[in-house]
Amino acid sequence: MTQNHASLDTFPKYLLLNAKRFATRPAMRHKDLGIWQSWTWAEQLDEVRALALGLQAMGVRAGDKIAIVGSNRPRLYWSFAAAQSLQAVPVPVYADAVAEEMAYVLDHAGVRFAIVQDQEQVDKILSFREKIPALEQVIYDEPRGLRDYDHEHMHAFEAVQGLGRARLKEDPALGQAWEAGINGASGDDISIILYTSGTTGRSKGVMLKAVSAVRAAQDTVAFDRLSERDEVLAYLPLAWVGDHYLNYAQGYVSGFCMSCPESPETVSQDLKEIGPSFYFAPPRVFEGLLTSVMIRMEDAGALKKRLFHHFIDVAKQHGEALLEGRNVPFSGRLNYWLGNLFVYGPLKNTLGFSNIRVAYTAGEAIGPDLFSFFRSLGINLKQLYGQTEAFLYVTCQEDKDVRADAVGPAAPNVDIRIADDGEVQFRSPGMFSGYFKEEEKTTETMTPDGYVKTGDAGFFDKDGQLKIIDRAKDVGRLTTGALFAPKFIENSLKFFPNIKEAVAFGDGRDKVGVFLNIDLTAVGNWAERNNISYASYQELAGHPKVYEMMAEHVAETNRKLSEVEMMAGAQISRFLVLHKELDADDGELTRTQKVRRSFIAERYADLIEALYDGSSEKYVETEVTYEDGRKGSIRATVQIRDARTFPVPAGAMHKEAAE
Amino acid sequence: MNAPLKTADLRASERFQMTAHQDGIAKGETLLAVENVSLSFGGVKAITNISFDIRKGEIRAIIGPNGAGKTSMLNVINGFYHPQEGTITYRGEKRSQMRSTDAARQGIARTFQNIALFKGMSTLDNIMTGRITLQKRNIFWQALWHGPAMKEDLEHREAVEHIIDFLEIQHIRKTPVGRLPYGLQKRVELGRALAAEPALLLLDEPMAGMNLEEKEDMSRFILDVNDQFGTTIALIEHDMGVVMDISDRVVVLDYGRKIGDGPPDEVSQNQDVIDAYLGVSHD
Repeated sequence: MTQNHASLDTFPKYLLLNAKRFATRPAMRHKDLGIWQSWTWAEQLDEVRALALGLQAMGVRAGDKIAIVGSNRPRLYWSFAAAQSLQAVPVPVYADAVAEEMAYVLDHAGVRFAIVQDQEQVDKILSFREKIPALEQVIYDEPRGLRDYDHEHMHAFEAVQGLGRARLKEDPALGQAWEAGINGASGDDISIILYTSGTTGRSKGVMLKAVSAVRAAQDTVAFDRLSERDEVLAYLPLAWVGDHYLNYAQGYVSGFCMSCPESPETVSQDLKEIGPSFYFAPPRVFEGLLTSVMIRMEDAGALKKRLFHHFIDVAKQHGEALLEGRNVPFSGRLNYWLGNLFVYGPLKNTLGFSNIRVAYTAGEAIGPDLFSFFRSLGINLKQLYGQTEAFLYVTCQEDKDVRADAVGPAAPNVDIRIADDGEVQFRSPGMFSGYFKEEEKTTETMTPDGYVKTGDAGFFDKDGQLKIIDRAKDVGRLTTGALFAPKFIENSLKFFPNIKEAVAFGDGRDKVGVFLNIDLTAVGNWAERNNISYASYQELAGHPKVYEMMAEHVAETNRKLSEVEMMAGAQISRFLVLHKELDADDGELTRTQKVRRSFIAERYADLIEALYDGSSEKYVETEVTYEDGRKGSIRATVQIRDARTFPVPAGAMHKEAAE
Repeated sequence: MNAPLKTADLRASERFQMTAHQDGIAKGETLLAVENVSLSFGGVKAITNISFDIRKGEIRAIIGPNGAGKTSMLNVINGFYHPQEGTITYRGEKRSQMRSTDAARQGIARTFQNIALFKGMSTLDNIMTGRITLQKRNIFWQALWHGPAMKEDLEHREAVEHIIDFLEIQHIRKTPVGRLPYGLQKRVELGRALAAEPALLLLDEPMAGMNLEEKEDMSRFILDVNDQFGTTIALIEHDMGVVMDISDRVVVLDYGRKIGDGPPDEVSQNQDVIDAYLGVSHD
């Protein structure tokens, strides 16, 4: 489908267009009381209009900031469009953000209005009410528990829409005036401010112009041939660029139908019922799926197990070739067809992947085995590399040129270059226009000639696909001179299903030490099968047998590292298994589940010291934060072990010596 | 500039309302009165001469040490035990002999200290069983399941879906309850009791064996039930923190006798109560 909508430079303009061209096609679904409810594009326009006219009456003006907090609900998605239709700026906030984080964003953005899902979010906002003087009104979706609250500054979503509908009934000209406002709006207005997850310090508000956002979405919609016949399940956090881009922006541009899950806990069931044709998930979701499939197969009967393993082997052999349209002998095709009948088809149906036409993963490196597993089932899983500052896409893979170890060539109309220090820089249609209220940071991030610095180190391989090694500033050196790329080591470790998280240290030190987090599901299941009893996460993590298993994984990782010339000099020499799970509530992970290495280094300074001073165990006390904000502490004696290392190939030694 | 919003609009979305408690008794008036009730099993006196009342719309806690007669008291209220002496007045009518099913028909529902669900049935089916006293069609129509019975079934299902939504258990709708963790089973049991649209809800240790987070969730649900549906709640609970936080009035039993009655802060200052049960003041 060619995009010749040059005049369409905001999402509300697309809303008006879709309400005409796809009037009777579904735009939105939401499972409520166990039944999927649908809204057509025409109905969606009505809902957005009613909300916008209500908001207008409450005093929303062009340029106002409106916070949107909650899980994936139609009403919250309508809030984006309603705000944009009044030229106000939506500012989505992570629903699981703790009160201080939320207070910071709401205050920094200077929001006048907040549209939130439920009592939980209202309570959070009320708890820091005095810190955000600009906030005037709060609108909530679910009234439960809010009956006795002071309603002077609080309104039900339905009431606001009711107000809008009443105004429209009284004066139908208001509707035309509203549409005229949309048509008259400029693409140079800010469409949204997305706050970054804050991998490095305070989160920053990334401002995106409407025209940039629309142009970026037009490019990828054309690239993946998305149309009004596609379906997605919107389950990613609202405040994350991925959700806003993949579901909202692409949805408005292509006119596809977005389905909202019944609740965050029902996503896997809803996925199965909806059967989306376009799907995105970070690698850890695919990892979780594979782990759960494998665990369930362990418990299956002998016949089923044999059938499964036989056909998975067939898929490994031919699946990817078939997907990419390469030549496969007749017997292979026949075997794969049988496999599809007995295993892949039912498995994909259970996972909700039956209708997938295009699937993406991004955010971190994905294990080659994991990646191949899903592709061999016939799922067109690809990789992309993106950033909030780019409004997502920087690179993405073509259907026929997909690999696990690289992220693809530049996305349509994106310019990429590698700076002298190895940093990836880009220029793209969806490029941000600056950080909100942080001029100097914007200047820091942009090059004088208008490229955005990604902060990631990478290189193009011989096929023209980009490979990302690590954050540019995290790539360091050991005192021996060997290159130390912590993320590379951590990812190699995390490819083992038993390891959930790994944190590597070594920059400026003589050797590499790592912290490991066990994966409770995988290791717990392993423990059950091996008659290992444990009472808590902590006990399981410290179990000698678990340590033995981890030692094997670390040794295997070292063997792989020794094969990569650049990394061979930085093998893991000591490791420990952490007594608690790294958690975003304790600040150890970002809200998008990335490790905050420097914070962890500070918090567990004692353990790092023990990694390097040769001691075999260390007693620590760690403060933890519970979900309700209370604090407690856990105590443990953590064991530290030496790891097996492998000889460095002669070539790498030579190179080091040369440097 | 700000247009006024009417409070009536705010409540429009609370579509689901329970019907059974529309019995003409105003909020704050006595719904159930227990007068001079004594109960014994053979020679063992479980309850001795106890009187207290439960007012419409309140959360009433019954506390006391182990063996104080709390569960017996609850069993007397829902007609499972028959006291040898004393009277019970419910909705202004005195009652003496009755069966538990009569109590259920009169709008009294309960949960149990040890969960009593159908383990092999799904959450949905378990909660549907709570609607049984509200089903109007006889077994013939039920078996036929067409026409009026189907219409009725759909209405019951809708009511149950509202309860599932209310208790946030959508993700376990189709899961057999035997496979659920304890805290969720407790929630399903509350759901089944709510499905009967009770005027008086009896909860026997709703938070026993729960961790802190589950207790907080359950407290919130109890308060929300009371707030949104106006359901009168009588509960037995051991966790004093919970009792003091959520109940309007507390009656304290010890060795089958009443030793205290009143608002939580008053009861917790009562020297008899402190001696018998609390041991030390929680302040």
